[in-house]
This record gives sequence, C-alpha cells and structure tokens, in this order.
Amino acid sequence: MVFDYAPAPESRSLVQIAPSYGLFVDGEFREAADGRSFKTVSPADEQALSEVAHAGAEDVEAAVRAARAAFPGWAALPGAERAKFLFRIARILQERSRELAVLETLDNGKPIRETRDADLPQVAAHFFYYAGWADKLAHAGLERTAHGGPPRPLGVAAQVIPWNFPLLMLAWKVAPALATGNTVVLKPAETTPLSALFFADICRQAQLPAGVVNILTGDGETGAALVSHPGVDKVAFTGSTAVGKAIAREVAGGDKRLTLELGGKGANIVFEDAPLDQAVEGVVNGSFFNQGQVCCAGSRLLVQESVADELLEALRRRLGTLRLGDPLDKNTDIGAINSPEQLARITELADAGEAEGAARWSPACELPSQGYWFAPTVFTGVTQAHRIAREEIFGPVLSVLTFRTPEEAVAKANNTPYGLSAGIWTEKGSRILRVAEKLRAGVVWANTFNKFDPTSPFGGYRESGFGREGGRHGLEAYLDLTGAEPAEAGAVANEGRRGARAGGKAGGR
Amino acid sequence: MSEQTAQRRVGAPRRLGVLKTYKLFVGGKFPRSESGRVYEVVDAKGEWLANAPLSSRKDARDAVAAARKAFPGWSGATAYNRGQVLFRVAEMVEGRRAQFTSEVAAAEGLSAARASAQVDAAIDRIVWYAGWTDKIAQIAGGPNPVAGPFLNVSTPEPTGVVAVLAPQRSSLLGLISVLGPVLAGGGTAVLVASERAPLPALSFAEVLATSDVPGGVVNLLSGRTAELAAPLAAHRDVDALDLTGACGDPELVRELEVAAAENLKRVHRPRAGAGNGDAEDWAADPGTGRLLAFLETKTVWHPRGD
Repeated sequence: MVFDYAPAPESRSLVQIAPSYGLFVDGEFREAADGRSFKTVSPADEQALSEVAHAGAEDVEAAVRAARAAFPGWAALPGAERAKFLFRIARILQERSRELAVLETLDNGKPIRETRDADLPQVAAHFFYYAGWADKLAHAGLERTAHGGPPRPLGVAAQVIPWNFPLLMLAWKVAPALATGNTVVLKPAETTPLSALFFADICRQAQLPAGVVNILTGDGETGAALVSHPGVDKVAFTGSTAVGKAIAREVAGGDKRLTLELGGKGANIVFEDAPLDQAVEGVVNGSFFNQGQVCCAGSRLLVQESVADELLEALRRRLGTLRLGDPLDKNTDIGAINSPEQLARITELADAGEAEGAARWSPACELPSQGYWFAPTVFTGVTQAHRIAREEIFGPVLSVLTFRTPEEAVAKANNTPYGLSAGIWTEKGSRILRVAEKLRAGVVWANTFNKFDPTSPFGGYRESGFGREGGRHGLEAYLDLTGAEPAEAGAVANEGRRGARAGGKAGGR
Repeated sequence: MSEQTAQRRVGAPRRLGVLKTYKLFVGGKFPRSESGRVYEVVDAKGEWLANAPLSSRKDARDAVAAARKAFPGWSGATAYNRGQVLFRVAEMVEGRRAQFTSEVAAAEGLSAARASAQVDAAIDRIVWYAGWTDKIAQIAGGPNPVAGPFLNVSTPEPTGVVAVLAPQRSSLLGLISVLGPVLAGGGTAVLVASERAPLPALSFAEVLATSDVPGGVVNLLSGRTAELAAPLAAHRDVDALDLTGACGDPELVRELEVAAAENLKRVHRPRAGAGNGDAEDWAADPGTGRLLAFLETKTVWHPRGD
C-alpha cells in the first residue's frame, strides 16, 4: 500500500510583504531619485510580491557617499563594539528566521525545507562567526610584513550578489566587511531583492549607525554603476564568470581591491568501491539542491565504468521519489526555477545536450501550470566535448560521464576552465587524499557534498574566481595587510580626501 | 667582462678574452631566441657589455609550455625537497659571488662593495625562501572547526604557471626576490629579466641549470618587457602575473590587467606603500606577501563516523 503525502504548506502569513520598498541609504528608505521601480515576482506562481525601487546613478552616488561618510566612525569604533553590533544582527536573524525563510522561498522559489534548514541557519551562523573576529584582527596572523602597522579596513565595499542564495550571499559579503571595519553598499539580484530589504530593517532594529550598510536594488546597470564608482575601495562580486571578467576589466589598473566568486562545473567522482547508496544521495544533493542553481554544484557525475549501470539505476530510482512543486510545502524537494530567463537558459542547454547526441532522461514528473519549472534531468552518453559537459547550466541537469582509472577521473574532472568544487566517493582513504590533492578546485567534498560552514574558506581556482569567503581567510578580502601607513597623515584625513574625490560630504569628519 | 673590454682598449691584453654568448633559458636548455634577434646591452656609462637575446612572442609561448610541463613535478615534489633544491641554488650563487658582483656592478653602475652587498643579499634571499617551503602551509592553512561531524582542512597550493616581470633596476636581488616566492610555493615561472640589465639574470640561469632545479621550472626571457608581457598576460595557460617590472608604466599595467582578466589570472601589482615597483626596497624584510600571492586555498571535507 502506498501512502500519499498530504499537503503541508508553511504559512505565508508568517511574513508581511509591503506593496512597495525603497532603497536603504544612510539609514533610511527612500525612493529612487528618478522614481523608477520594478516588480519582483514569486517564481512559483508568477504573482507579483512587491514593487521595489530601481537605483540609478544618482542613487549609487548617494549610497557611496553615505558609506564613505560612515566609514571613519565605523572603522574607529573599538572592535568589541563592532562585534556587538554583529552579534545583535545575528540574534535578530535567528529570531526572525522563520519569517525570513518564508520570504526567501517566496521571492526565490526554493523549497522551504532548504531556506529553513540551510540558508537561514547559515546566515545567522556567519554573522556570529565574523562578529567574534571584529576585536581579534590583530591576532589573526594576517600581516604580510614583520614590521609596519596592523591590518586596516579598506573603506567602502561595493558588493554585488546573486539570486540563488540571496540572504546567505548577503551574509557572506556583509559580515566580514563589517567585522573588519569597512562600510558597505550592497546590490542584491534583480529577481530576489526582498530579503536584503528585510535585512535593512534588521540593521535598523540593531541600531547599526546610519550609512554603515546601504542596500541598492536594481539590475545589472545598477551593479555596473556601483562597481565603477570612484568612491569605492573594494569590489566583491558573486555571480557569473562572464560578469566577473567584465568587472576585472573595469577595475584593471586602478586601486580597487577585487574578489570574485564565479561559476563552476564541479565533478562528482564515484569510484567502484564507494558506498553506492550514500553516493547516490550525494549525487542528488550535489546536482539538484536548490534546483541545481548552485555555483559549486556537482553538475558532472564521473562514475567508474564498472559500477555505472548499478549507480545510474539507483540514481533514477531515487530521482523518481523527489517531489517537485509548491516551494512552501514542507515536503517539497524541488522548487521553482528563479526566473524565466534562467529557465530559458536551462532549456536551451538541455536541448543542446539532446541535439549533440546525449541521452536525456527525467522521472515522471508533473510540472505546475504556472511559474517557472524544470524537471530533474539526467544525461548519459555525455562526452567531454558536449556543451552540457563544459558550460555551467545552473539548473537541475546532471551530465554523466564514465572513467576507468583514477588518473582518467582526475584528468576529466580538471578538464574545465572552472575550479570551484569537486566530490570524491570511495571507501579508500589513501585514494581520497591523492585524488583530492590532484583536483584543481577550491572545495573538495569527500564522501559528502554541498557542506558549508562559516569557518570553512570557500572560493575557486582558475576561472571560478579568486579570494576566499569564510574562515580566517575570508578576512583578507577586506583588509589592507601590507602594514603600510595611510598615504596622508592619519586615516581620517585620508578619508576626507577620498570623500571629496567621490563628491562626498565626508571632508569635514 | 667590462674589465676585459677595458684591457683591450689600452691595447695590451695578455690574451684575448672569450666573450660569453648570452642565451635564454627555456625548458632546462639554453636556446637563442627563435627570432634570431639580439639587442645591445650597455653598462651604466653606455659602454657595450654584450648582445642579449631579443625574445619574441613565440619564445614567450615556448616558455609557457615548458613551465606548464614542469608544473606537476615541481608542485608535486615534497616541500622539503623544494627547500633543498632552493638551498642548493643559494650554494651555487655563493660559489660564483665574484662573477655576479662584477656583472651586477656593470649592470647597475655600482661600486664593487655595493654590488657585493647586493649579491650577498640575493643569496640570503634565496635561503629565506628555501626555508619557507615547508612552513607556508602551516601559517596559511590548517583545520577549520566546522559545526558538524567533519574533518575540514584548508591547504595552500601553488596557483600554477606564473609570468613574472622582474624589476627593471635591481638586476639580481630584485630578480631573485620575485622568483623566490613563486618557486618556494611550488609554482613554475616564466621570468622576464630587466630589459636594460638582463645579464645577471641570464647568468643566474646557469646557476639554476646546475642546482637540481628541474628543467622548465624557471624559464628566463630577455628582451622588451612590454613586448613580452602582452602575450604572457593574454596567454590562457598562464595562471598568475607579477607586474613588478611594469610598475613604472601605468598604462601598460592597465592593458596587462585587462588582458589578464580574460582567464582571471591572479595579478600581483605592488601597491603604493608596499613599495611601488622599482621604488621597492629590495633589501628590506620581504614578508610573506609575494609568497601568498601565488597560492590558492583548497579546503577538503570528510565526514567523521564509524
């Protein structure tokens, strides 16, 4: 006898979404200077959730000016005081995590099970972790010289984040920036602006000084205006490799520091001696967590030829049990694709896989009539030349390749310009260590996948970007470690000069 | 060599000196430039010292191929072994102190005493980096206390092939100060010598060739810095770029950084305050900045359990 799942929706009334939101600049919400706005919709049903302001060049100017003005005071605050602000934020995030989980699921389309159990706990944990660093920077062992001064904050950080983990990416950016004494102008993704705006309200509740965190909603143009603004000292970007390269070209030759966390084409390698049931769970998690819209997804399965049939059969069986549908339902495994643009890209690449000769398979799966949906999809008979083996799909699509020897597995895994993540499944400890050493990737999960922690540095090799987020390493992206004195006498005077250059009002501070 | 030239000029050499043909160092061999070109190298007073190879884009590409080929072996060697090899390099320079002192004096227009101090500092700099090979992982990595039943360890690994534009003025100490960190971290190098004063660098290649440094780990080119830097910055198989030797030319720096963005090379450009290119005080404690600039952090997770 088969028991059906009863609907188990989380209550939408846990969150009150206002009909419209402004930009958060200098501690206040305000309309965009030119009055523009755009709608943000729920990808699960295409219903508009709210109307948010669309920041233009004038708003970027105002936000950078506010962050510039707030910088000297924030940087001069004793670390222990900055820490307490971050602890406040972390606590409020915990208190409001159920509300924020519902909000994130509505705006992003990902299952409530994930926002509740993965995103929100990690968000709060990240603020807790970096709060503790704020008054310990002198003990972090980050200095690059045996003489000279202690690490110093860089100034104003321009942070541009993606839509796949909106609030978690905010936490990864904002927490280390504030802990190290920088101020922030953050631009959330166009399709997922709401949780950042709720975070602005949390900053208000925490009584964070005005201008320390500024939130500008908008599109790619807003982001481009922000990263190219001369009053910005640091650019941190998470998103596509193409945009990351454009930003690198934009800041070339200048004084802005840059960290990039970009795309990936992670290989999940399953050896014949792997615990296959666990490996199947890892492969499913690696490729279908968050609808596969994960930069570190294990979107290429490399399975040893001798166990390929057995593993694929178990994988298909498991995928047949995944539940796709209402993201607010607590039993849902696969939610909606974030936007029609993303759905079109996934569809195009999956069609290319078929056209290039790979075999396509999806479990029997009814897609809702409204919203943006894509069934979990597995391609077999994939070669390394196929687009679905080379290009980041950023969707619930797994490409399966086989190998015979560990050397072949490593060569295939490394045969990509990316280098963000990889997985290894085997019971043999020495093989794990050898293969992990040879994989050119910033994060290697052995007999597990998609694990994250605030203490654990995350970031890529090669075209997956540079710099690390998380851990002690994550502090480096927001500090001047050279021990050099500010160019002019005293940091405050220096800030005044830079504020003036940015057309700012900080000169008198 | 300048001494020999001077002797010839007064007209009474006991015997005619044997001049050295300076060559490139690529893949452990000493080729001429494939272009067949050379350029005149003069001393601080403008007197001819030698003809140095004027390397071409093709030489740069060959050097990258050699560095890539050597990368698995050098990065896969034990840190202890890399330290031993680098220490051997210091021993070999020590044995040739007189030669390098005279070459540095001619190249940089220094007195014998000051040139000798440069060579001493260069030897000590190699020893400094030799000692770092098996310590850098302990200061740049380690276990992370994740909130779950996992062992989580971060380890620095070499970025890969690094194209290094050596400083223009400090022909030996500066050269070794930018090469040492790449080698100590396990990277392989394509090194562009000082354009004006390449001879100490080209002679240093002879040291590398006799110091157990595997062929291809260091590849040395002489010629026009801007001409060689462009193809190296744009090369898809170069992983990182040290712009020290281009720092005097902000427009060149910008162009190279734009080209480097194409495959997101890690770019090290000395910042104001950290020493701006040739304004850098090469005699100062070098710190760990250059060493860490060409390392990546890899983090490995594994569950704990029964």
